[in-house]
This record gives sequence, C-alpha cells and structure tokens, in this order.
Amino acid sequence: MTTSSEPYVLNIGPQHPSTHGVFRLRVAMDGETIVDMDMIVGYLHRSMEKLAEERTYTQNIPFTDRADYLAAMSGNLGLCLAVERLAGVEVPERADYLRVIFAELQRIASHAMANGTLVSDAGAWQTPLLYMFREREKILDLFEMTCGARLTTNYMRIGGVAFEPPPEFWPALRELVDELPDRIDEYAELLTDNEIFLARTRGVGVISAEDAINGSLTGPALRGSGVPWDLRKAEPYAVYDRLDFEIPVGRRGDVYDRFMVRLEETKQSTRLIRQAMAEIPEGPHKTQIPLALRPEPGEVYGRVESPRGELGYYLVSDGSPAPYRFHIRAPSLINLSLLRALAIGSPLPDAVVTLGSIDIVVGEIDR
Amino acid sequence: MPAGPTQLSGRRVAAALAAALPSAVVAEHDEWVEVRPERIVDALRWLHDAPDFDAAQLSNCCGVDRHDRFEVVYHLQSLDLNQQIVVKTTVADHERPSLPSAYAVYKGALLQEREIYDLMGIQFAGHPDLRRLFLWEGFPGYPLRKDFLGLGDTTPGLARFPFENKAQPDRIINPGLRPATPDPASQEAPPGWRGDARA
Repeated sequence: MTTSSEPYVLNIGPQHPSTHGVFRLRVAMDGETIVDMDMIVGYLHRSMEKLAEERTYTQNIPFTDRADYLAAMSGNLGLCLAVERLAGVEVPERADYLRVIFAELQRIASHAMANGTLVSDAGAWQTPLLYMFREREKILDLFEMTCGARLTTNYMRIGGVAFEPPPEFWPALRELVDELPDRIDEYAELLTDNEIFLARTRGVGVISAEDAINGSLTGPALRGSGVPWDLRKAEPYAVYDRLDFEIPVGRRGDVYDRFMVRLEETKQSTRLIRQAMAEIPEGPHKTQIPLALRPEPGEVYGRVESPRGELGYYLVSDGSPAPYRFHIRAPSLINLSLLRALAIGSPLPDAVVTLGSIDIVVGEIDR
Repeated sequence: MPAGPTQLSGRRVAAALAAALPSAVVAEHDEWVEVRPERIVDALRWLHDAPDFDAAQLSNCCGVDRHDRFEVVYHLQSLDLNQQIVVKTTVADHERPSLPSAYAVYKGALLQEREIYDLMGIQFAGHPDLRRLFLWEGFPGYPLRKDFLGLGDTTPGLARFPFENKAQPDRIINPGLRPATPDPASQEAPPGWRGDARA
C-alpha cells in the first residue's frame, strides 16, 4: 500500500474502553487510515488447559465460568454436555429444561452487554449501555437467587444442575419475561433508526459469507453475514429440538447486521424461556454420578452455541479421573481470525466499531 | 463410542480419501481418519472441495501430546450438509515437531495454529505469521507438553482420586500435630521445579 506519509505506530490498550478488556492492538497508521495491525493477547492467560489436566471433570467446571465470564452458564453447559457424552451419563428431563432456561437468560444478559458496549463504541456514550444493564441486572439477580453467584455461576453439574431454583424464582422470571419484549422494543426504537448510529455502522466491517465460513467465524459474527448456522438447530442439545424458535440472519454482513442479529436473538431467547417455563416437568434436577468419574479411554468434542459462537470442548480421557487433554475451542479468539484483514485500509474509528461488533471476551481468548 | 450426532463415520471418509489420494490415509476408526502428516493439506483441501463432504469450515484444531509423539486433530464442519469430519495426523518427532500449515485451505487456522505453536511447540510450515500468541517470545519451553517442568515420562494429573479407595483411606494430617515452627530444610523449593524450566 502506498502511503502519503511515513506510517506511525499507535498503541491501543491493554487498558482501553474500546478493547473490552486487557486486549492490546498495535496499529500502523497513515493519517486516519490503518496500514497494518497486530493484536497482542495473553494478559489474562491463566493456563486453564494445563491446570485442567490435574483436576477431575467436576473440578474443572469453575474454569468454564472464568473463561467466558460474561456467559458462564453457556460455558458450564458445554463442558457438562461433553463429559456426559464421554462418560455416558443420562440427564433428567427437568434438568434439561432448567439448562435451557439459564442458558437463554445468559444469552440475553451477554447480548445486552455486547450491544451496549458496541453502541458505546459508536459514540452513544454510556446511556444505552446503562439501559441494557437494567435488564442484565435482573437476570443476574435471578442467577444469584438460584446459585448464589452473579457472574461465576458454577451452576451446571455433570448429570444435571446443582440446585433447584427457589420458589420465589419463578414469579420473578415470569415478570422478567413479560417485560422483556417491551424493553427490547425500546432499545430498537432508540437505536435502529438513529441516524448517527446508522452512519457509524452501516457498510462498516463487511464480512462476506464465504470469508466468514472460511475464517471459522461462528455465532452472531457468522449469522450477520447471512449464514443461518446455529448449533441449537444444527445439532440440538438439551431440549432445543422440542422448542420453537428462529435463527435471525443479516444480509450485508456489516456491523449493523451483527447488532441486529443480537437484538433479534434476545427476542428469540425470550420465546424459548417462555416455552420452557410452560413445559418444564416435575422431577429430579440431577442424577447421581460417582465422586471420581472415570470415563472410558476415548475422546469427545462437545459443543454448544454460546452467545459468542461455537464453544467446543475437546476432551481426551485415559481412564483416570482427570482429563488427559482438555482443550477449549474459544469462539472469541477464533472470531478474530479476520480482524487484521478487516482493519487494513479502514479508518481507525471503524476498526474500533468492528472489534466491538465481533464481541470478544478476553477471559475466553486467553484462557 | 461418544461420536457426535452429526459426525461422519471415519471409515466412510477414509474410503473416499484413499480412493482420491492414494497413500494419504494411515489409519481409520469409527470416529476419525488418520492422514500422513506430509499429505494433511492435500487431504484437507480435497475434503474442502469434494461435494460429498463439503468441509467448508475448520471448526477446531488442536494438538495432543502423547509423550513420544504429537497428534493434531482437525474438526471440519460442513454447514450445508450439517456433518462433521474428524481428521487426525501424527507428528512423530517429539523434539522438533513440524507440520504443513492448513492456512492455505482455511483462513481460520491462523490463530488456532499460532496457539498450538505457542503452547505445544509444533512448527507449522507455510504459516504466514507464526509467533507466540499468549506467552512472550523467549518463554522457556512449551507448557502444554506433558514433559514441561522436567517431569519426564510421568503423566501430570490425577492417577486416582483422593479418598476413592475406602479400604486404604488417605492419611489426613491433623493440623494440630504439625510442629509449631517449620523445619528450615522443608522451606527450600523442591528440586527440579523452577531451575529445570528456566534452563
């Protein structure tokens, strides 16, 4: 690329509001245009995969909270499903419904955070973010009511869930589900036709469907490009095959479409919770498993649709109580595969919005 | 045993691969197909292009240390046919492992291969940007290797679960029975802990 002046290097992060965590970018700039970009990660590397090799499968569940700390329930669920398939553990029906309810609540909370921070990046400083935090707070209160924690929930167990929700949980959930559609419409009204927001996001950070698939993108980043790929439909786990919902997709693959996909997904999640609340059967919430679960030697790749995409757990068992290999397929990291290609040639503020629309969680990137 | 619901039989993939690329397939299994490491990129490209398999996405790629060799596992995904293919390859050289990079076929290998290089030390020939990802350049060793920290051939990890054997219960040290002042000799770091990793 020919430049009009000597490129200069700009350092963004690791502590910067637009990098959503301890994530660092070194950007070579020509005026306002990005010439080259390098991302530097690892500030939150806690060597989870190595530590997991010295812990039992159940002891590894808290790590999954701390990987993607904005979607701890999805992380719990992914690991539990993988281990259950590896060890052949059956799950009671009630637990499956509870898992769907909590995973979808987590999706709403996580998408509220993602969209709120994206809008903050686009210039609507803090106000929409705090609007979306209002509902997220109520969801976190429901989590606290059930398992005592707001972020690091550690709620799912191999063979079910840890606790039955308390009696006051159900009326609170009903109230939340009744008011959520109005709240989501409120955000949509504030933002979707907002001229400034459209100017900042329309046609910015366009990812074609071919690039998205070849670059291993998953989740809203892939669906925003018009690919209707959702593991809840493609490989239904828990009881998603019994529930009715749609996969929203974008058309242009730009930042705005990814924002809208997330907004629509929160509506679909509300639908899912409503159905699961109506259909949930009585019964046990957990099966008994041995304290030292020793799966047969073998391997499994279990995956769930987390709010950020395909969250996979590749586990290798050698017959001992601890996994021989514990690999987390982190959607936050792999969705960044195309970031450099997207950023080169675009103005710096567009790259910031593009990064925001991919929705990274640094705890999951670094693990 | 625990194959995914949409996972293709490795034997079916192996039969098709062996017909198209003679000498590429080393072993086959119900769940996966193992490919010769020199031919891995050819095999991935063929699976990517073949309409019956249509492996459009590299959904996961990771390494497994088997003490004397490395396994690299590729989970391929066809979005149109909704099927998953598992391809493995074995890198025999445990000292200086090297493998052709899948980046030529899948752009999504960019960061996944960098992660494997960083934590397991497998060199990917043809990767455009092979640098450490999480750790800094010059970090001693590759932490996900089983022999990291000089533990030799032993498997770090739980061989058994504490208190599992009811007949021979583990000894619980009563805190009240410990000496009040710790023995200075026991304050030293155990041999082979820090020194070996830095060397």
